[in-house]
This record gives sequence, structure tokens and C-alpha cells, in this order.
Amino acid sequence: MTTREKILAAVANNQPPKSELPDLSAFKTGEVGSVEQFVQVLTNIGGKAIHVNSWEEIAAFITENYSTTRVVTPIAELTGFKGIPENSDPHGLYDVELAVIKAHFGVAENGAVWITEDNMGLRVLPFITQHLAVVIDGGEIVPTMAEAYDKISLLPSYGFASFIAGPSKTADIEQSLVIGAHGPRSMTVFIKT
Amino acid sequence: MEVITKDHAELAENFNRDEERVNWHDETLWWVRQKRDKMVHQLPEWEQLREAASAIKNNVLGNLHNYLQQFEANAQANGITVHWAADAAEHNQIIHRLLNEHQVTRMVKSKSMLTEECGLNEYLHEHGIEVIDSDLGERIVQLAKEPPSHIVLPCIHKKKEEIGELFHQYLGTPLDVSDPQVLTEAARGHLREIFITRKAALTGVNFAIAETGEFVVCTNEGNADMGAHLADIHIASMGIEKLIPEKKHLGIFLRLLTRSATGQPITTYSSHFKTPRMGQQMHIVLVDNGRTVQLGREDFRNSLKCIRCGACMNTCPVYRRSGGHSYHNAVAGPIGSILAPNLDMEKYKDLPFASTLCGSCTNVCPVKIDIHDQLYKWRQVLVKKGLAPTGKTIGMKVMGATLSSPTIYRLAGKMGRWTLKYAPFAVNNSFNPWYKHRDMPEPPEQSFGEWYKQNRGSK
Repeated sequence: MTTREKILAAVANNQPPKSELPDLSAFKTGEVGSVEQFVQVLTNIGGKAIHVNSWEEIAAFITENYSTTRVVTPIAELTGFKGIPENSDPHGLYDVELAVIKAHFGVAENGAVWITEDNMGLRVLPFITQHLAVVIDGGEIVPTMAEAYDKISLLPSYGFASFIAGPSKTADIEQSLVIGAHGPRSMTVFIKT
Repeated sequence: MEVITKDHAELAENFNRDEERVNWHDETLWWVRQKRDKMVHQLPEWEQLREAASAIKNNVLGNLHNYLQQFEANAQANGITVHWAADAAEHNQIIHRLLNEHQVTRMVKSKSMLTEECGLNEYLHEHGIEVIDSDLGERIVQLAKEPPSHIVLPCIHKKKEEIGELFHQYLGTPLDVSDPQVLTEAARGHLREIFITRKAALTGVNFAIAETGEFVVCTNEGNADMGAHLADIHIASMGIEKLIPEKKHLGIFLRLLTRSATGQPITTYSSHFKTPRMGQQMHIVLVDNGRTVQLGREDFRNSLKCIRCGACMNTCPVYRRSGGHSYHNAVAGPIGSILAPNLDMEKYKDLPFASTLCGSCTNVCPVKIDIHDQLYKWRQVLVKKGLAPTGKTIGMKVMGATLSSPTIYRLAGKMGRWTLKYAPFAVNNSFNPWYKHRDMPEPPEQSFGEWYKQNRGSK
């Protein structure tokens, strides 16, 4: 017998009687997510929200606050910044100062945004960049993770995706919170209306 | 890892020598517990979420045979190579073989308690492969050549001054620097260099989804992602109990996990790995290592529902005052004490006794594992197998004889009162474990029986 067969046989032999999966419909509120709650929670976890009306406004904010030579974005609407050439080496992103990425939606209860691989250009981009900016549509906020996975089921499939909630952080030294562990030192969410 | 011969009580005694540190450890973990409470109380549906999570995990245990095969087929269809490991040795050999095939001698690893359980770092080190742990807390204990003392907060037993010394020695920070901000920045520089130069990355798995063949890894630091997305080969190690049936169930577990663990609404990163990136290899190692045995133990199988949040440790009065290393096991605290005896009953026979059975662990567990009941049940198993501590066995026998005979009972009471009064040195010494950290009580003049006879007996 292979290890696989041995493990499966032991599982089949030892597993308890089958039980039903619970009905999860009660966890869905049926409401629209609150932008105020999203902004509040995001702020509490170290992120920053900025309300904007256009891509031009976002571009202007970036130009004013970052050294534009080190800004990278796969977003076609944001012109004047570096894009990500197809099949480029992820290691080449080591010096990126700011990455600007589209997210599909935000979650009010925890301040997270859902980003899939096609929005990242390269998977490592939202993690390796010194600062991360994300653009979401103000109408795309869900109340909780229950609605979030409903929404994900309607989106195209992905090879990699992540919920990102605020800047990278650690409290491993005496439980003192430090923002900027290995990844972004800040996270800005542009909420577009 | 060195061979441990001391039991929990002896190791806890070492930890308790530094009273100030024990108090700090106790208060810090209680503060984490309070952060958890604050988060939990904001969700009126918390108890329903726990109920749902528990029901989903029960369903997983009852259908594991199907879910494992479903997950394997879907993961393979996604381009992931699936391996099966019966025990720690096979797990380590598989990883070693994969690294050899890619001529890799340096690997970066994010947090994985399973690899701690399997002793992977030591094994690879003996075979000439360098492993660098990338979670900050794990890197710190790795530099200190210690195991993690907590599954979520690996170096919670260390003071910042000690970490400063380690960083001075290994990372070249100036002497006497202990500011967490400065130390974290130094680790950031060091580890980003590691991420960029390592061709192999190993991560743990928080949840694996049978329906889609993908797996989810949660971190706050972003270290799992940094390693995995820069490496040519990504290996994910998981215990077979990490499966969940469908993706939508993450909508329950991700709401519970971090609120329970650290009092955050969610981890910074909840990354869903489904296919390898272009040109990359992705491997999953499904590990048994005693889990199928535990699955067959009716009283203890429930422990396989654990999602490794660490809430039971933060709330445990014994864990908080004895420290994680006292449990001499990869997973410490109440949950570790019911998982460990399954792996080796003789080696971990002390752990189910390292509890007051207060039940706080059971109350905070997000997947409703009956932890304190299982601790109590393990004690019964261990006593029946003759593995109870000798002192306890003799004590219980003497107690049994004393309580079953009124004559011996009365005599023992008299002797006890006489001893406390006239020969206190006979009990106020280090042979009496009760005397440690406590004073013996003032003896009463007479027993209640004697008093009753004197005052009411004639009526």
C-alpha cells in the first residue's frame, strides 16, 4: 500500500458518522456595506481612506506625495507611471516605492479589500512594495465576510488572490505594535465615487 | 531538539524563578485575551458563528475520506503536486527530496507549527540545508536556538532587551538597542534580503478547500507571501485536518480566527493560493502524523477541529504562569495538552495534569472544542494505563484508604493538626509541593467532629 492508500484507509476506518453542514444563510444581512464603517475599521488597523471622484485626482495625489520614478501600477487608467511588463521577473519590483492596484470590493466589518492576481500584475507586487495604494468603487462595500464570499463566487476565477487589511504589521516584540514588518509600511485606499 | 526529561511542573518551576517576568507574561497574555473579548462583543452573532464553525468541522471529520480525495483531485487539476506523508519522517524526507531535485540548499519558511511538530528545521540542518524562519517572532527564537513558546506569539516569553542582544550579535544592531520599532526595522532589512535570494519557500496552511483545491495562508507580516511569490518552488505543509468543504465556509472561519487570536478583525493578509504562478512549482504535503489515530479516539477526535488561534493559551491561568516551554511540545497550552498525548502518551503524560480544569479554554474556543473535558478524560486514560505521576498515585491510594475508614480518618486529622502545631518543619519544607509559594494554614484546635461532640453531642 502507498502512504496515500494507508492514510485514506485509516481515515475511512476511523472517521465518525457523517453530519450535516449548517445552513449559513442567517449570516447574510441583505444590507449594503457601510462606507463609514469600512473607513473607521481601516483607520483603526493602520490604513488610510481617501475619497476621490476621478482617476486624475488619484494621479495628482500620487505625484504630490511620492517620487514618481518609483511608482508602479498595472492600472491602465492611471497614465504617467510605470506599468508591469508581461512575464517580468518579480525580483525586479524590489525597489518599488508605491504600488497602485485595483481591488474588487471592500469589507466593512474588517477593512479588508479583495484583490485578485489579474489586478496585481505580478503576485508579489502588493507585498513587496514599500507603500500600497488600492482603488475601490465606493458602491462596492459588503457588510461582512459572508457577503464577501457570495460576491467572490460571482467574479471570474483566479490563480491567486488575497484579502488585504491595512499595512504589514507585527507585535512579536513584547506585543508592541510596529507598522511595516516585511511588506508595505502604509496602505491607502482610494474610494472612488 | 534536546531530549527533555523534566515534566511540566519542573519546567514551570524554572519559569517561576523570575517573578517579575512571570507577572509580565501573565498580564500580557491576559491583555491579548481582553482584546479578543472586545472584538467578540462587537458581534451579536458570535455564538452562532462558533456553532456554525463547530458544525462545519464536525462535518469535515465525518467526511474526511471524501474531502481529502476531492481536494487532491482539484489541487492537481490546478497544477499543484500533492504528496502524502504518514509521519514526521516521511514529511521531512519529501521536503528534502524536493529541495534536492531543485539543487536548493537555502530555504525560507513562514510560520508552520506542523514543521515544528515534525522537527523539519533540525532534519534539514543535519542534511546541510539552511532554513530561515521569516515570521519575526520565529526568527527571534530561531536565533536564540529555542522552540516557539506560543503558536501565534512565538517569542512572547522574551523581553525586548534579550531580543536586542540577539540582534546585536546576529544582525549587527548597536549594543543596548531594544526599541521594538528599531529592532523590527533591522529584521525587515535582514529578511527582505533573505526573501529576494531564496529559491524555495515553505509555508503552512490555515485552510484548504476541498471544493476548489486552493489553500489559504494568513499572516500579519506578509512573510508567507514574500517568500512564496519570489521563490521558484513553493511547498505548503498541512495536517489532513485543515480541510474545509467549500470556499464560502471561509466566511465563517476568517471571521473567527483573528478575533480569537489577537483581537484583530482579520489578519492583514488572507492569501488564497490556487495555481502556481507562471514558471513556478507548487507542492502540498498532506501529513497524517497521528491524526488518523486521534480521529479514531471518540473522546479526543474533537481536538482535530482546532484552527490554531491560541485563544485557549491566552486565557489559561496555568499557561500564563508557566510559559509555553513548560509544555515541551510544539503546541503548548490546553490544546497542546490534548494533542500531545495522542502522539506519545508516555512522553506527554504530565500535560493533561497541567490544568485547573476551570473551563475557560472551552469557553473561548472558536470551534467549540470541549478542551477541559478532554483534559479530564486524558487523565483517566493515563491513570488506567498506569502512567499517572507516582506521587499522585500513592497520594490518591492513601487518600482513598483514609476516607473509607472513619477510624483512620479521625486519626489522620489528629495527626495533621498535631504536626502543624508542634512539628511544622515536617510539612514546611521543599518535599511538600503545596508549601511552594504558599504558607501552610493555622491548625484548628479540634476537628468539627470533636467540637460537635463537646457542644451539641449531649443534646
